Amino acid sequence: MTATKGPLVIGIGNPWRGDDGVGHAVVAALAGTPGLTTAACSGEPAELMELWQGHDPVILVDAIVTGAAPGTLHRLDAREPLPRGARYSSHGIGLAEAVELARSLGELPDTLIVHGIEPARLEDGVGLSPEVRDTLARVITRITDNLAEAVPRSRPAR
Amino acid sequence: MSETRTIEVDYLARVEGEGAMYVRTEGDRVEEVKLSIFEAPRFFEGFLRGRDFREAPDITARICGICPIAYQMGASLAMEDICGITVDGVLQDLRRLAYCGEWIESHALHVFMLHLPDFLGYPDAVTAAKDHPDMVRNGLRIKKIGNAILRLLGGREIHPVNLRVGGFYRAPSPAEVAGLGEDLSWGLEASCEVAEFLATLDYPNLERDYEFVSLVHPDEYPITHGRLGSSSGLDAAIRDYDDIFTEEHVAHSNALHSHRSDSGEPVFMGPLARFALNREHLTPRAAELAERAGLGIACRNPFRSIQVRMIEIVLAFEEALRLVDGYRAAPAEPALPVTPRAGTGFGATEAPRGICYHRYSIDDAGLITDAKIVPPTSVNQPTIEADLRELVQTHLDLPDDELRHHCEVAIRNYDPCISCATHFLDLTVDRK
Repeated sequence: MTATKGPLVIGIGNPWRGDDGVGHAVVAALAGTPGLTTAACSGEPAELMELWQGHDPVILVDAIVTGAAPGTLHRLDAREPLPRGARYSSHGIGLAEAVELARSLGELPDTLIVHGIEPARLEDGVGLSPEVRDTLARVITRITDNLAEAVPRSRPAR
Repeated sequence: MSETRTIEVDYLARVEGEGAMYVRTEGDRVEEVKLSIFEAPRFFEGFLRGRDFREAPDITARICGICPIAYQMGASLAMEDICGITVDGVLQDLRRLAYCGEWIESHALHVFMLHLPDFLGYPDAVTAAKDHPDMVRNGLRIKKIGNAILRLLGGREIHPVNLRVGGFYRAPSPAEVAGLGEDLSWGLEASCEVAEFLATLDYPNLERDYEFVSLVHPDEYPITHGRLGSSSGLDAAIRDYDDIFTEEHVAHSNALHSHRSDSGEPVFMGPLARFALNREHLTPRAAELAERAGLGIACRNPFRSIQVRMIEIVLAFEEALRLVDGYRAAPAEPALPVTPRAGTGFGATEAPRGICYHRYSIDDAGLITDAKIVPPTSVNQPTIEADLRELVQTHLDLPDDELRHHCEVAIRNYDPCISCATHFLDLTVDRK
């Protein structure tokens, strides 16, 4: 994919479901950073592919449930296939399915990193748990560090 | 000597919600078929009691992330029935447009992501996308257009917030609605191409003598309203639903089973039923595609439901384009005024999977005293079991793995929405 639009951070999730709002919260904190595009969405595959078209690197932030302690940070690099669940629901396609679908379609950016945050609560209601709120600063630092490494590599030729 | 075979699917994939299937055979006879829905009960009807009648559309929207409009509109229609108002004209056109969006996004997700891999011979859409990238890419774009309609009319695409008893909280401007036109035109052409492609695929043979039940309407392909009709000649008002259909608990499922009260027989709801009972109201392109696909006046092979679902996507695009073109000015008020009065009201619409029925009672203050909601998957559940019984009976020579796959595809024919029906899926075939 030819990237000309620079780095993009996409927060994924549903802010009305507790810690599932962490992606949107990270994006809100990063909005306005010079040279960085930010977006928030529900994770719908077509929307994701449209959002990241032309951008590189692309960083996704989402709540990820692995069973680890709430607030645990996960980092996945899409150069390797993302682990997909065995379940396919007719009501939604998971982030890993969306990324793998994009790979099948040749729509993946060269650099795609997923930062996942283990949630404490995903029940109805706005607001992050203390465990997840405490990780926000760390996630943001990791993303800005990623960008500092990745940006020079992928800066478009002038 | 009789051999017992058990075929089980402990967790059904590519359906919405949690369910399982169990089949037990003795020699050459199928003894037992159970479709189990173990998605936890959700108690919506219970916690609607005591709430204001105007809250029902917003509460019931949460029943389903893919067909929320069915719940919002069914609840609204029932409340309007109680309060003695009828939403028509431009507000009714906007309701039909919103519902076209729901049909497009729900049907597209099922056709492209969940069901098409079965007929192309892939385990899932991600694998299918490698060999059929344009098909999957177009499918995703079609679904996205449905979402865009919902976002405009509903305020957001999942659990919309803009529909209310009497109409809408905010009516879109003509410019906003016109903005959908270009994507809708693209979607119509892309959908027609897919419908043509689907007509070239091979489908398993299974034809049963279903009683098709759907809404019927004298002037239009039913989506937002109509009377109850069936292939055996039923013609009844929505308020007669509870006399015609009986729901009962069965031990193996958290979803109620529904059947005809008089005969005790299960019925079939959804795209095949709508198509069979309302074929004369298909839009021009949809009718032409149905004709060319050789679907006849009715299609009784549930495996061909994917074709009919695709034709309904075409219809939804044609209808959406017509409604968008006709929207010249926003209504003076986005909703009709509604004053509560004590009574019982009824509402039913054609959700993507079939009739979604609502009944509410409210008191003079407008507080809900009783609620009953019947989603189509609940009605189709015994019909799916009967399909599975016939399918296994006629394919007993197949090894378990192949038989299991056939059964899973047969369940997906109905695009079952287990979460909605719970009050659902794993597959077990037990051969003795």
